[in-house]
Amino acid sequence: MKEALVEKYFRAGHLPHLWCPGCGNGTVLGAIVTAIDNRGIDKNDVAFISGIGCSSRSSGYVDFNTANTVHGRALPIATGLKMANPKLNVIVASGDGDCSAIGGNHLIHAARRNVDLTLIVFNNSIYGMTGGQYSPLTPVGSRATTAPYLTIEPAFDILDLARAAGATFTARATSYHVPLLTSVIEKGIAHKGFSVIEAVTACPTNFGRQNKIAAPALMMAWQRDHAVMKAKWDTMTDAEREGKFPVGVLSERNDVKEYTEAYDEIIRRAQGVSA
Amino acid sequence: MADTKVMLMQGNTAVVEGAIAAGVRFYGGYPITPSTEIAEGMAKRLPMVGGKFMQTEDEIAGLGTVIGASLGGLKAMTATSGPGFSLKQEMIGLACNAEVPCVIVDVQRVGPSTGQPTSPSQGDVMQTKWGTHGDHWVIVVSPSSVPECFTLTQRAVALAETYRVPVIMLMDEIVGHMRERIEIPVSYDDVPQVNRARPTCPPEEYLAYRAGESGVPEMADFGSGYRWHVSGLVHDDTGFPKSSGKATMEAENRLRGKIMNHRDEIIQVERHMLDDAEFAIIAFGGAARTAYDAVEMARARGLKVGLLRPITIWPFATHEVRELARSVKGILVHELNCGQYVISVKAAVGGACPVDLYAKYDNESATPEEMLAEIEKAMKGDGLI
Repeated sequence: MKEALVEKYFRAGHLPHLWCPGCGNGTVLGAIVTAIDNRGIDKNDVAFISGIGCSSRSSGYVDFNTANTVHGRALPIATGLKMANPKLNVIVASGDGDCSAIGGNHLIHAARRNVDLTLIVFNNSIYGMTGGQYSPLTPVGSRATTAPYLTIEPAFDILDLARAAGATFTARATSYHVPLLTSVIEKGIAHKGFSVIEAVTACPTNFGRQNKIAAPALMMAWQRDHAVMKAKWDTMTDAEREGKFPVGVLSERNDVKEYTEAYDEIIRRAQGVSA
Repeated sequence: MADTKVMLMQGNTAVVEGAIAAGVRFYGGYPITPSTEIAEGMAKRLPMVGGKFMQTEDEIAGLGTVIGASLGGLKAMTATSGPGFSLKQEMIGLACNAEVPCVIVDVQRVGPSTGQPTSPSQGDVMQTKWGTHGDHWVIVVSPSSVPECFTLTQRAVALAETYRVPVIMLMDEIVGHMRERIEIPVSYDDVPQVNRARPTCPPEEYLAYRAGESGVPEMADFGSGYRWHVSGLVHDDTGFPKSSGKATMEAENRLRGKIMNHRDEIIQVERHMLDDAEFAIIAFGGAARTAYDAVEMARARGLKVGLLRPITIWPFATHEVRELARSVKGILVHELNCGQYVISVKAAVGGACPVDLYAKYDNESATPEEMLAEIEKAMKGDGLI
């Protein structure tokens, strides 16, 4: 990313970050601030709320209204903040474990309510901060410190889950597809309602090493070779889709009222003002 | 004096009215007996004053939304009972460490676990002090009547805002569900508002956790132009994580100091018939209600008995209890549990006079007759009659 963006959006004195060499989290965070810059949003009008885990440390690095909260529960805090000040652009950073395991209930209910939040799921397929345990997004058959005989649990498709629960915008990209990632985050921020962007990212230290793809370049190549643009994905047979995943904007709908706007109707009703 | 109206009101409803009067404009919570009327009342009342209510997916999210709304600048509150209070503990820790003002009402039921949902108990006394992990300091207050539910909720909000701390309003089923006469202002427009101190310095000079003599840092609303970082990690005055032992000690010392250095402003007790008392009852919340009658009955029998009613439960009223122990010849602590608050009473009294416990944990509050019998038993044991 551009030097000027680092200067503008990253907090002086708080770099270098704590992420390992080859980690994709920095790339994802770079895409987020580039998207915010492209949208031309004032830094004072951005809140960046995270849970706990490697990716959630991102909130400390960026110069917005930021909060590094509790494990899995950034979404309720972000929801309360958005209710207090609906003008804020509220971005939520969460990891695969943070968001789909301990925070799974909050995810589906934020989606159901259609609160205008932009959730970025940094999916590195592993619990990195604690040293490599499997998450609900770890592919079945992977090795983890808590799965020495390989995982037997099928993984969630986090975007299918979010969409089924009511998320009105879902998109996916990877830390290899940086312009695409930036573009879908930008669209997610622009979308009025609950947006979920899955950023597939690499953890060479804790996922790669255990699964014999420790070289960061190999993990990037895996992302390149397994991601398929949505338009092409739609033309593929089930057999062709095997082992691959679609990237791009996967769903968007604008027929559901955004939550804070819907709440304004409650206030009008309570105050006896007819719509 | 503003116009007032007289009403027959339930304690839980008086909490709602107290919160609205104090300027609470956000509530996030989950239904649970015997606190549910607070959620129902807030759902109705908040939007009438332009505030917002959310019924969240669980107890944890209830306090999560409250913390978020408070960061956004609103006075915010939740209410719950035992099982929900247990679930909220991690969020209480975040609010302690990040110093996010909020009020948590715990209308106690019998526990542990599901316990007896509709029966009175005071079994959460120690949990309000030690519930979340790690050393931490919160303020806990406990009302004894419906009018006090109204005034003490306002005070709980004021304390939370003043000291940037979670304040727990410790109620019990007796006070929560009881209906009493209450006189409240017709309009809350003139109710004095206590608001957190907000920064006035230029944003570039703002250090989010730099505290002056009060020990309480100024708090900027998210979105007000002061960009700062909230963290549950141990942090220094910048708000950013610091891992040194010195940083941990400094942070703990300030969090303790901002409460304990203001103990005289925070701690309230009611002293009833104590001036000439030889023997004192200590009781709070719903359990204290029995004591007023029991004191009267004891006095009718010529026994010089009085009541010390702690309104602030934590921090503990050490000086007040110690002073009491010097002026009476015996103390009877009455609580609706197996004996929690009495531990701190004994520690404060330190042997200056005998301390007995009248513990009641059979789903019922004591009758004045039962309490009188306990008073006489204790006084006999202490050689006073």
